Amino acid sequence: MISSTQPSISAQHLVRRFGNVTAVNDVSFRVEKGEIFGFLGPNGSGKTTVIKMLTGLLPLSGGHAEVEGFDVSKDAEAVRENIGYMSQNFSLYTDLTVAENLTFYGRIYGLSNDHLRKRMDDIVQLNGLGPYVNRLASQLSGGWKQRLALGCAMLHEPKLVFLDEPTAGIDPVARRQLWDLLFELSGHGITFFVTTHYMDEAERCSHVGYIYFGQLIADGTPDTLRELPDVQPAGTLRIEITTPHVTRALRLARQIPGVRNATIYGQSIHALVDEHYDLNGLRDELLKRNIVVAEIRPLAPSLEDVFVELTSKRQAQQEASRE
Amino acid sequence: MNNLFRGFSAVFYKESLHIRRDFSTLFFSLIIPILQMFLLGFAIDTNIRQINTVIYNADGRRESRELLDRLKNSDTFHLIRYVNNDRDLNDAIISGRCRVGVKIPVDYSDRLLHQTGAQVLVLIDGSDSSVAGQAINVTTAIGLDESLRRVLANSDATFPVEMRPKILFNPDSRSPNFFLPGLVAVLLLNVTTFLTAFSIVREKERGTLEQLFVTPVRPMGLLLGKLLPYLVIGFFELSMLLVAMRFLFGVPIHGSVILLAFLSLPYLFVSLSLGILISSKATSQANAMQLAFITILPSIFFSGYIFPRETMPKFFYYLSYFVPAAYYINITRGIILRGASWIHLWSDALVLFLMGAALLIIAARRFHNKIIMA
Repeated sequence: MISSTQPSISAQHLVRRFGNVTAVNDVSFRVEKGEIFGFLGPNGSGKTTVIKMLTGLLPLSGGHAEVEGFDVSKDAEAVRENIGYMSQNFSLYTDLTVAENLTFYGRIYGLSNDHLRKRMDDIVQLNGLGPYVNRLASQLSGGWKQRLALGCAMLHEPKLVFLDEPTAGIDPVARRQLWDLLFELSGHGITFFVTTHYMDEAERCSHVGYIYFGQLIADGTPDTLRELPDVQPAGTLRIEITTPHVTRALRLARQIPGVRNATIYGQSIHALVDEHYDLNGLRDELLKRNIVVAEIRPLAPSLEDVFVELTSKRQAQQEASRE
Repeated sequence: MNNLFRGFSAVFYKESLHIRRDFSTLFFSLIIPILQMFLLGFAIDTNIRQINTVIYNADGRRESRELLDRLKNSDTFHLIRYVNNDRDLNDAIISGRCRVGVKIPVDYSDRLLHQTGAQVLVLIDGSDSSVAGQAINVTTAIGLDESLRRVLANSDATFPVEMRPKILFNPDSRSPNFFLPGLVAVLLLNVTTFLTAFSIVREKERGTLEQLFVTPVRPMGLLLGKLLPYLVIGFFELSMLLVAMRFLFGVPIHGSVILLAFLSLPYLFVSLSLGILISSKATSQANAMQLAFITILPSIFFSGYIFPRETMPKFFYYLSYFVPAAYYINITRGIILRGASWIHLWSDALVLFLMGAALLIIAARRFHNKIIMA
C-alpha cells in the first residue's frame, strides 16, 4: 500500500487459527492517524482476537500487520511502547489508590520521576480525577474507574490506544463523557481503536469496521457504508412507518407485495420497498387491514440497518455456497 | 531500559503496596506457621514411650513379678490392665485399648528353677509399625538380658562383648531437636509457595495480568518483581520460626546462624519459584490452593522430615532427590544439630539454587507462551 502518510494501523490478510477453528479469516484494513476506528461485531466474532494480534499478544497464523510503523510479529516490544490498551473490565488494582495505579503504570513504561509527575498532573486534570487522587480504585464508580483505566493507558503518551468495550456496564452520562474525551484527544492526533456493541457509539466513529465470524464484512466511514449497494440496492427505498400497533403492523406489512424487508424499531417499522412504490397506497393497504398509520417517510439507513443487511447477505451467500 | 528484567522495580513497588494493604492476609500467613510450630513442637514426641500394655500373669510367683517390674522400668511399657484369661488378653488388644499383651505361663517359675527354658508370649499390635518395632526391640532385649544374667549368675565370667552406643548431636534424643529443624522447612512453604501463587493468580482473575502483557514489561521483570517482596517476608518468617525454636523449645543451634540464614535463601527461592510455576498453571485461587497442597505432602513424606529417605523403596528414594525440602532439611539439621559448616552443605545449597533457577525459567517461558495465547 502506498500512501502519503503512514497509517496508524495497517493490517493485511490477517489470519488466526485456534486448532481447526479459524477465528480471524483474511482480515485487511487500514486505520489512519487521528481516526476513531469503531470495530464492531457479534460476541465471539473475533474482535478481541484481532486486538490481541495487533498488540503482539497473539502470533499471527498468516498475514502481516504494522502498528505505528512497527511489524507486530517482529517488533512487538516497540509496538507496546507506542500503544495504550484498556481491556474489557478496566483492569485496575482496586486495592491501590488512583495515584498509585498511575505511578505503577508510569514506572512500567520507565518514565523518569519528573516526567511521571508532570504526566500524572496532566492526566488527572484532563480526566477530572483531581478529587479522587488518594482514593482507592475500589471506591470509584464505574465511570471513574474507566477514566482512571484510560489515564493509565495513556500515561506514556501513546500515539494509538486500543479500547476493548470501554463503555460496557457504565452509566449513560459517563458514556457520553468518555466519548467527549475521546473526541478531544483525537483532536490532538491520537488514534483510537474502539470495540463496542452500541450502535450510537458506532455512529460517532470516523471509521467503522464490522467483523462477522472472523471476516471483515464492512469497512469505511459510516456514510460510505450507508450507500453500499448491498445495503441500499438500486431501485429500493427505505421507509419508516410510525404506528401504535407495531407488532401487528409488522406481520401484515410483510404480506404486502413490494415490501422487501421489515423490522421493528421502537414505535415504528423500518422497511425496504420498491423505489416507485406509492407510499399513500401502502397507507391505504394497511388501513384496509385495520392499522392506523401516523406517518410514513423515507429514511436513511442507520448503521444497524447496514450491519443487519450485510449480515443477512453474508448468511445467504454462505448457505448458497454450501448447496 | 530495554533489558530482560524490564518492569522489575515497578512491579516490586506495586507488590509491596498490595502486601501492605492486605495486612490481615500477611498477618495470618505469618502467625499460623508459628502457631503450628507451637502445637506440633509440644504435641509430637517421636520417642515411643509408655505403650499401653495388658498382662496375663498365670504364674504369679516372685520370678514372674520381677519380669513385670523390668518391663515397667523400661519406660517403654505402661502396664494398665491385668487379666486372668486368654480371651480378655486378646480382647484388650483387638479393642485397641492396649497395643501389647504379655502372657506369663503357669510354669514360668518352675522352668526357670529347673533350667528347662521358660517362654513368655508377647502379643504385639502391628497396626502401628513404629510402636510394634519398639515393643519387639525392648522385649527381646529384656529377655536376652534376663537370660544372660541367669546364665552368668553362677560363674565369674563377664559379658564378652558390650556395645556402648553414644548418640552425637542430640544426646537426650529430644524430639523437638529432631523435629523442629525439619518443620521449619515445611512451614516456610506457607508464606512462600502459597503467597506467590495467589498473588499472580489474583492478577489473572482480575484481568490485570492481561493488561500488563500489553505493556513493555518483560516476564522476568514481572516474576522477579513479584518474587522479591515475598522473599523478604519468607526470610522474616524464617527468623521468627528460628527464634521460637531456639528460645521456646530450647533447641540449641550448634552451627553458624549467619550460614543458616544465607543457605536458606536458595530454599526460599525454590519455594517462591514453585509458587510462580503453579500460578502459571492455575486459573483461579481455589485451583492454585489445590496445586500448592500437592507440594506439601512430598515435602513432609519424601524429604526425610519424618521418615528417613534411605529406607524408602528405590523409586521413591530417587524421587526424593527432586524434593527441595529434602536438601533444606539436610541444611537445617546439619547446621542446627550437627554444627555443619559451608564445606559440608554447599552442594545442597547449589542444588536448591539450580532448582529455583530452572523453575523460574520454566515459569517465565510459560508466561510468555501460554497466558498470552489464552
